[in-house]
Amino acid sequence: MEILCFGLSHHTAPVELREKFAIPDGDVAALAAQLRSAPGVQEAVIVSTCNRVEFYVAAEQAAQGFAAVDEVVAARGTAPDAEGFLRMTTAASIRHLFRVVSGLDSMVLGETEILGQVKKAYAAASEAGATSKHLNKLFQRSFNVAKEVRTKTNITRGSVSVGSAAVELAEKFFGSRLKKCNVMILGAGEMSELIAGALAARGVSSIFVANRSYDRAVALAEKMKGKAVHFDEWPREFHEVDILIGSTSAPHYVLTAEKLAPIMRTRQDRVLYCIDLAVPRDIEPAVKDLESVYLYDIDELQGIAAQSMNVRKQELVVCEEMIERHVIEFSEWLAGGWTQAGVRYSAVVSGGQS
Amino acid sequence: MYRASGLNFFAILTGFLCQTGFLYLRGQQVGRCPLTSLFEVMIFLTWSLVLFYLLIGPAYRLSLLGAFTSPLAFGLQVVALLLLKDTPVKVNAPVNGWLELHAAISMVAYGAFALAGVAGVMYLAQERQLKTHHIRSIFYHMPPIRDLAVANGRLILTGFALLAVGIVAAFMMNNWQAHASKVAWSVGVWVIYGAIIAMSKGHRLSPRRVAWLSVGAFSVALLTLSGISFITETGGR
Repeated sequence: MEILCFGLSHHTAPVELREKFAIPDGDVAALAAQLRSAPGVQEAVIVSTCNRVEFYVAAEQAAQGFAAVDEVVAARGTAPDAEGFLRMTTAASIRHLFRVVSGLDSMVLGETEILGQVKKAYAAASEAGATSKHLNKLFQRSFNVAKEVRTKTNITRGSVSVGSAAVELAEKFFGSRLKKCNVMILGAGEMSELIAGALAARGVSSIFVANRSYDRAVALAEKMKGKAVHFDEWPREFHEVDILIGSTSAPHYVLTAEKLAPIMRTRQDRVLYCIDLAVPRDIEPAVKDLESVYLYDIDELQGIAAQSMNVRKQELVVCEEMIERHVIEFSEWLAGGWTQAGVRYSAVVSGGQS
Repeated sequence: MYRASGLNFFAILTGFLCQTGFLYLRGQQVGRCPLTSLFEVMIFLTWSLVLFYLLIGPAYRLSLLGAFTSPLAFGLQVVALLLLKDTPVKVNAPVNGWLELHAAISMVAYGAFALAGVAGVMYLAQERQLKTHHIRSIFYHMPPIRDLAVANGRLILTGFALLAVGIVAAFMMNNWQAHASKVAWSVGVWVIYGAIIAMSKGHRLSPRRVAWLSVGAFSVALLTLSGISFITETGGR
């Protein structure tokens, strides 16, 4: 039995080709069932996300399997031999699937969303009757591999974007008490909105929005179910704030150590976490010398994100080794433990002698 | 890479049960609460520390607390086993119930203070990383600093309340004046922690300073432990 993989991803094809070839969620199961009924094809699963469209097929012979896939792809108006499409046979297909579900093939290394997407694709194909012994075993094994890679390595550790790094830090400061925190946004920028939205999703107590344009503040506050504040009046609301996000376009510091020091003296037992996304900066760096004040500017957040990404990259070797072990094991199972020539399959894959 | 493990918790629990067994047997041997020498006090203190860890750790999901508690417990045990003389002597004087209660409750209170010190160390380690932005691997496994600050405060409060009970028990002794130095020491420790609580509740102390003070106060209490006498009913020093 051959396991085949045909498709494209963000590594091989530009978005123009990916969007043209994308398969709507509602069509995936039917298409997998259609493929499964093609001559020579035993089983099929189709994974379609914004970053990849991949057909996994179990076929008696690779040529027959690929021919069936080509027919389906051509019927959808795309030339299957176009640049950007990859074709993989058994060992490469298994390895590729294990890497995909583990987040090693993702645009953001180590992201975990792909696992849910593949599980959904597999469930759809399974419900449509397009899977059986081989792909069932392959996909179940891939989910176990993803779990192992995630739990036994640092591949998912840390935040690799400025927004997620800022939110993760908020969790590090406040933990379960994040829900009791008050957030203030100074300046309604795109990134501040993103971070405030993520904090709102984590159930923070309240969000104040202060912006030079009061209408914009009101609009954002409504979106966040928060409260708009006139820009000149933000210091009045500041005493109860735990997280401050600065993203104004002011050419000078909006919050200085001199302004903040007397406020902090009245609330020394309460941490103030400041996120300065503005350039030029909104918050004077000297505030970080104040007791219970923690300041992170855009460069520092980017630095944390980059550090996390480096950690993930360093973990790649361990992840690949882990995956390789599973590829060998699965290939052995697929080959019935032994190749036709009587050589143990693991010896063939690893190049060693049995 | 650090990985939290149920095995660690089980190992600590096993050690705790062994200590419980030892304290029971020693109590039988000396015919009273096993706090008759500095050696026994160290063992009892370690037992109290681990008791609070077992109670507090899972409740606050402070899994890494064990990684910080274990070295302290180990250190106390090493000091007790290697450096202190252990010559159990059956004390023939009649058991003084109030004295026993005072000593036992006080030691449990010091267990809470010890764990507050551990939480304080963790807070300071975590806080330093957050302040200086030098994020290390262990950062990702540490509890949030707010949770550590809350745990620290509650442990101090618990120890403070228990020590108050211990002090009341001391004053219930007919001959408490004979143990004046011991009682004065307990009152001194109680006042130090009371001051920390008062300043903290009055918003005059940052969590970082509370953490420093909890480490400092416990260090002082531990270092002065050898300066007091124990419940041998031989009179106070």
